[in-house]
Amino acid sequence: MIPAPFDYVRPSTLNDAVTALREADEEGKVLAGGQSLMPLLRLRLAYPEVLIDVSGLPELRGVRDDGDSIVVGAMATHYEVMRDPLVQAHAPLLAAATSTVADPAVRHRGTFGGSLAHADPAGDLPAVVLTMDGLFVTSAREIPARDFFADYLTSALEPDEILLGVRLPKTYTGWGFHYEKFHRTAQAWAVVGVACLVRRTDGEIAHARIGLTNMGSTPVRAYAVETAVADGPASREAFQSAARDAPDGTNPPSDLHGSAEYRRHLAQVLTARALATAAGV
Amino acid sequence: MPHVSVDVDGVRYEDEVEARLLLTHYLRDRLGKVGTPIGCDTSNCGACTVLMDGLSVKSCSVLAVQADGHEITTVEGLGDGQDLHPMQRAFHEEHALQCGYCTPGMIMAALDLLRDNADPSDEEIRAGLEGNLCRCTGYQNIVRAVRRAADGMRQAERPEEARS
Amino acid sequence: MSEIAPEAVAEQVTPSTPDATAEVGRARLRTEDARLITGRTTWTDNIQLPGLLHVAFLRSPISHARITRIDAEDARRRPGVIAVVTGADLAGEQGSLPCAWPVTEDMVLPDHPPVAVDEVRYVGEPVAAVVARDRYAAVDALEAIDIDYEPLPAVVDMERAIEEGTGLVHADKGTNTSYTWVFEAGEPDAAFRDAPVVIERRYVQQRLIPTAMEPRAVVCSAVGDEYTLWSATQIPHILRLMLATVTGIPEHRLRVIAPDVGGGFGSKLQVYGEEVVCLLLARRLGRPVKWTESRSEGNMAVHHGRDQIQRLSLAADRDGRIRGLKVDLLADMGAYLMLVTPGIPLLGAFMFNGIYKMDAYSFRCTGVFTNKTPTDAYRGAGRPEATFGIERMMDELAAELGLDPLEVRRRNWIAHEEFPYDTISGLTYDSGNYEAATEKAMRLFDYDKLRAEQADRRDRGDPVQLGIGVSTFTEMCGLAPSRVLGSLSYGAGGWEHASVRVLPSGKVEVVTGSSAHGQGHETAWAQIAADRLGVPFEDVRVLHGDTSVSPKGMDTYGSRSLAVGGVALYNACDKVVDKARRMAAHLLEADEGDLEFSGGSFSVKGVPGQARTLQEVALAAFAAHDLPEGFEPSLDSEATHDPENFSFPHGTHLCAVEVDTETGFVKIRSYVAVDDVGKVVNPLIVEGQVHGGLAQGIAQALYEEAVYDADGNLTTTTMADYLVPSAADLPTFTTDRTETPATTNPLGVKGVGEAGTIASTPAVVNAIVDALRPYGVDDVPMPCTPERVWRALRAAQSGQAPPGGSPEPGAGGGLGSAGGAA
Repeated sequence: MIPAPFDYVRPSTLNDAVTALREADEEGKVLAGGQSLMPLLRLRLAYPEVLIDVSGLPELRGVRDDGDSIVVGAMATHYEVMRDPLVQAHAPLLAAATSTVADPAVRHRGTFGGSLAHADPAGDLPAVVLTMDGLFVTSAREIPARDFFADYLTSALEPDEILLGVRLPKTYTGWGFHYEKFHRTAQAWAVVGVACLVRRTDGEIAHARIGLTNMGSTPVRAYAVETAVADGPASREAFQSAARDAPDGTNPPSDLHGSAEYRRHLAQVLTARALATAAGV
Repeated sequence: MPHVSVDVDGVRYEDEVEARLLLTHYLRDRLGKVGTPIGCDTSNCGACTVLMDGLSVKSCSVLAVQADGHEITTVEGLGDGQDLHPMQRAFHEEHALQCGYCTPGMIMAALDLLRDNADPSDEEIRAGLEGNLCRCTGYQNIVRAVRRAADGMRQAERPEEARS
Repeated sequence: MSEIAPEAVAEQVTPSTPDATAEVGRARLRTEDARLITGRTTWTDNIQLPGLLHVAFLRSPISHARITRIDAEDARRRPGVIAVVTGADLAGEQGSLPCAWPVTEDMVLPDHPPVAVDEVRYVGEPVAAVVARDRYAAVDALEAIDIDYEPLPAVVDMERAIEEGTGLVHADKGTNTSYTWVFEAGEPDAAFRDAPVVIERRYVQQRLIPTAMEPRAVVCSAVGDEYTLWSATQIPHILRLMLATVTGIPEHRLRVIAPDVGGGFGSKLQVYGEEVVCLLLARRLGRPVKWTESRSEGNMAVHHGRDQIQRLSLAADRDGRIRGLKVDLLADMGAYLMLVTPGIPLLGAFMFNGIYKMDAYSFRCTGVFTNKTPTDAYRGAGRPEATFGIERMMDELAAELGLDPLEVRRRNWIAHEEFPYDTISGLTYDSGNYEAATEKAMRLFDYDKLRAEQADRRDRGDPVQLGIGVSTFTEMCGLAPSRVLGSLSYGAGGWEHASVRVLPSGKVEVVTGSSAHGQGHETAWAQIAADRLGVPFEDVRVLHGDTSVSPKGMDTYGSRSLAVGGVALYNACDKVVDKARRMAAHLLEADEGDLEFSGGSFSVKGVPGQARTLQEVALAAFAAHDLPEGFEPSLDSEATHDPENFSFPHGTHLCAVEVDTETGFVKIRSYVAVDDVGKVVNPLIVEGQVHGGLAQGIAQALYEEAVYDADGNLTTTTMADYLVPSAADLPTFTTDRTETPATTNPLGVKGVGEAGTIASTPAVVNAIVDALRPYGVDDVPMPCTPERVWRALRAAQSGQAPPGGSPEPGAGGGLGSAGGAA
């Protein structure tokens, strides 16, 4: 299929980009790598009047060290994120999850910020950033991850607001990590995914942080499991027991690839596995 | 209409294009580079894979305007039938194609794979080609071909070792 | 069980090694590849013609509705739009798409206009066509066409469709039943009466989307009253005749070309409405037109495959010997009968008995209309369904009796010394050796070791269980003897044509009526001709796929090319040699009977040095200075071959799967396929066909399904939803062969195009069920998605039957779901 017509601008300053979005009056759409947007345009599921290509904005590029956090630029491609030394050192969970996004060619074009702004609950990165308490830095403000994902395919970004990047705290440097993705084929979206960070001390779990992919209209934290494993033994039995609470408070979809009931079950199994892998047991 | 300047297989093109023009249609309909086919509209099949500044991309999911200022390599830029690229030769020698529709994209994706990993295992080859679908071969001979090309390309780069 | 009497493994089943000089049997690299690996290909969409216009189709978004109003004026006024046509505009000339297989005298055959006129019956049915200056303008104009629909009840469930009081797909026909076709042999009721073991099962062959990598495309030019139509088709010859019939354009004014075609798998064995409309538009406008479908359009509008509900009953003695089999099918036709729609399930009628002996057999198939995309041939066409049915039942029988699945098969299969064997369904299997293929497969698979590992995992209660699946299949290839097709009321014959031209320079042109689209005919046919004529492989060129170049043919489908078309070529070559022999005798002043033909040269027996090569003879014939009495100055010959029987490839496939009982995820651990496809012309091509067939059969078992919602909306319209496996999802296959030559053709070949697909689906499902049988599971519906495996396990453990069917599609994450819900 062929996209409906639209205008295209490639501003070279952030100010121009925001102005262009504002002038589009809610009919504009930010174009980053386009890997989520292009299929929607081609299937004519989206009809923006103008695409604002943000690839020319230096503020959105790369990954930088910023003291007690790293800032991953919105235009950093998945390919760059996976291989970035700062990400690998301080957010290996992000690197791991990013390496499961789509396929190599899509990862070359697709961007970190684009995936997050798309706010697809089946996307792999939202749960990771939620789990890491990322702080979304936009052209207008900073938004904590828990407030960023508003609904299915809906972020907290205003129509004239551009995501510049996400600040990820170095708090989790050295924690055990794992992204457990369950999908029917290598290319398919996650039926359920589990992003997991654990800090071990003396054979026990000191802290755990768990985010779930595709278990609701937004990524969700499995707080009940986090609480249940904290200060407990790092054992498969303990993880399995705690993971029974993984579906608590979730509202997973029923679709072609899995019913809500099955997703709740998967969340339990996969959470236990993610904990075990992250904890190295 | 936006202006683009794109280098495709070593030739520079300057064109006015509609903003929505897909790179793949730009290649096929405007430049006559029909060696790169289209197999889907959701970037799943990978038949349209080309290299953009050396990295594989699905040309159906890139706008021509996004290719402005970039270099594109298609399967037509690899070899001309007389002087085949080692990857093309390996696909032939391992019978890694039947209908051949996925082949241009598969070859480009395989080249990208070897750029990242010159000596991939079978499993790494399979994972690296996850974005390219083939309906004819069951992939087995494609995996063989990529391995064969990898061996050949490594040896070509290190002739001393190859001789020893 | 691991013992098969070694004496059963006759030595002659070892694949023959050809002598070094022979072309047949040699793993020739394909000549086709040169253009395909360099991108110098002529896909239909690559074709450009002066003045070319582009066509786009508007398709019904509703599964069943009356069209009450169409307003195309805005679309017609859009820039760059040349024409917009509706079904009403075309009503006088578009005719009705053909169904060539009226399987019963009273079969209900509805009209099938290429563009719907007043009623739509499936989502994706064309309702209007736009012709514009380029493809973008054409698609844009579709959105400016305004259509009012008055919804009608959607018929989506086959079992409900045939109940009283259900809405009708074709109201004027008064029924949703197209036909009921029955076959019976032996005395089924007697076989079942007092049978110690009776097994009854209901299996569903899900609906599949063939998904050739090249989407369909058509280019049509009209110059005066001469028409040329390029189409991504498997059947240029049949298409030409049918287009002439439908449109009234005289056949001799129409040339059909199948250029490079990117796979078909049955989906391009069709006469599509889009082909008719492009022809009509080119005629109307006097300009060439092109239409290329998008994948999401094709998923709705390319014919689908399979979709069958099978009710099977097997009666057996306690020792496992089969007494009888009863088969009762509901086959989903979709909304219309297309080229061979009604006949597809009936191709399975003769295959449900598989490789087994039995006393009685009954088969009943009811063709049912639904408001879905029409079904038709998909790789295997009727035979995968049958093979799945019998091979699943054999495993169920083994489980019931506590026998190893291979043992129960061994007790029933036709022993190698029993060939030729007349089966219960009336076919004569000419050759085969099931023992040998099975023995080889078991060895390659390491059957006993895997069984031991399975037992160990069961003992340990490993959450990942191992299952072993068996499929000892046969199939009928070489469609088909014309007399058989006639007896089945098929509208045409099953012969194939070949001609051989020996050019004055001694080079050879082979013209074949087979129409390859990935199979490698250009290489394999050259091998056959090179051998028969004794000329170098490089000196042979194969021409096909253009009705002007290759005027006679029945095209490529049903694994028929080699067993029918290859034999036609073989015969045509022999005719060349016969002619050349006469000419050579004349030149050598010898008696024809004293000539030997070997290595491309005629020599006089016992007189060394007295010889003429075929090339010399060809040149002499061309010069025509000195010809035998009454000899026409040419060696060119042609042959049309009509097989006397089908051919029957067979094989033993063994599949080991690891089933994660916690998630339901299935991973294929190893897969061994030992196929007997008779003599092999090119082992490289044969292996490739098996690999690809396995991938498709495995995909049916694990991944693929065309899913409709309750309103008849297809929800798997994109490749994000319809899951075609990638390299990362499939295992490395171990393939090998045994070889019992077909006795019904001089090449000894059987065909290989569908074998892998036919055999593999039940092997995979049998393996999954085998893994889970200790949990009380005796079936998992296809595709065996993780959720379905999990549900089967859960239901077995709670003592409930798992719900069938698919989960209701709804809004969820991911592109596909968004697309599907829209």
